Amino acid sequence: MLKIRIIPCLDVHEGRVVKGVNFVDLVDAGDPVEAARAYDAAGADELCFLDISASHEGRDTLIDVVRRTAEQCFMPLTVGGGVREVGDVRKLLLAGADKVSFNTAAVNNPDMIDAAAEKFGSQCIVVALDAKQVDEDENGARWEIFTHGGREATGIEAIGFAQNMAARGAGEILLTSMDRDGTKSGFDLKLTRAIADAVSVPVIASGGVGTLQDLVDGVRDGHASAVLAASIFHFGTYTIGEARAALAAAGLPVRQ
Amino acid sequence: MSQADGLIVIIDYGSGNLRSAEKAFARQAKGRPVLVSGEPDEVRRAAHIVLPGVGAFGDCAQGLRAIGGMVEALNEAVMEKAIPFLGICVGMQLMCRHGLERAAPQSPHDGLGWFDGQVRALNVPPALKVPHMGWNEIAIHQDHPVIAPLDGEDVYFVHGYGAAMAAAAQGDIAATTDYGGPVIAALARDNMIGVQFHPEKSQAAGLGLIERFLEWRP
Repeated sequence: MLKIRIIPCLDVHEGRVVKGVNFVDLVDAGDPVEAARAYDAAGADELCFLDISASHEGRDTLIDVVRRTAEQCFMPLTVGGGVREVGDVRKLLLAGADKVSFNTAAVNNPDMIDAAAEKFGSQCIVVALDAKQVDEDENGARWEIFTHGGREATGIEAIGFAQNMAARGAGEILLTSMDRDGTKSGFDLKLTRAIADAVSVPVIASGGVGTLQDLVDGVRDGHASAVLAASIFHFGTYTIGEARAALAAAGLPVRQ
Repeated sequence: MSQADGLIVIIDYGSGNLRSAEKAFARQAKGRPVLVSGEPDEVRRAAHIVLPGVGAFGDCAQGLRAIGGMVEALNEAVMEKAIPFLGICVGMQLMCRHGLERAAPQSPHDGLGWFDGQVRALNVPPALKVPHMGWNEIAIHQDHPVIAPLDGEDVYFVHGYGAAMAAAAQGDIAATTDYGGPVIAALARDNMIGVQFHPEKSQAAGLGLIERFLEWRP
């Protein structure tokens, strides 16, 4: 049976992990390669690097981080943040990324998803959606896509956009609730479920994890194929092993 | 040159990310040289050959054929000289006769034809997501020294197409996984192995398979 994936996400700025990773045995908490190695050893199912550098210099540093990580970690690696063109995908894949995630570029130029999937295959093209609830009427909730880290509204309806991206060749949707991100109040389960049920590709739930029960809910009630979290793992609140045990205790399939 | 110190060639035909594969094989090579190469002559010198692959079947098949003499060198090394060969993901699919990915059923893409099978879209119940992406455990169907130790282990898959074997070639199925029904996880016959999953991404289970492959003397 296919297992639910537990994915720690590292925010990287100019080659350093933002906020650091609080593992007891880490010599340099800000070194993304060391953090990646620790998560590899802890049995994470995949790892995600999200680049939040503003500059091209920062991005080049990220490529070096990906390269050094791939030398030591034999686990799937998704890299996103600032991916603007198909050429960026090639650079990241050559450095050792397995999947590349598009965000703002997918909104501005949806054709790029067709081109990237055609060139590299859907299996390595992820579209990261940042969605925010805009209203709730008798028809239910409506979520729209935001870009630039949730700062810019696009007016694009999220469910239709997710379907559009999957149809164009995205092999996976990384769905972040901007309402929940950083709140530790749990995934937006209605949003997650609405998107997961609307697309045929796997959906990774992201944004808002504060407890292990949140991970369980994301899968059971949100219908996510994978759960992504940052701070609960980085700050050592919970280990990957504890997350896995919680999912298993809820009867969900996880790796042994 | 004996196989123990022999050259390991990972075939570069313009397909996707070879770096992970290279690093994983180098780690398990015990000092043997690992070469990522698109040169048919290097393939002829190899003691172990690896064909990785990500992307679409047709593009990959085309990329392989675009290298003058590569298919001939592979047939010579694998079919005539019985050099141990491992195909990974689309690399496994290319070992089959045909691929239907982005092809009309009446004009499929040609593979290498070493296994009598066809590569088709995964036929899964609508509730299951495609691609089949993530960790799934495999069941063993052959007592194969490289693959059998993975019985019941989780390995990492990411694919939307899979092999379907002809009736006479069912014995080549070395492992399956369950995704809405059996999905071929590994094919093996004589000196050839193909795996649908990614050993280079499957942490300890995958590194173990790579180590056994490199020690394999079929």
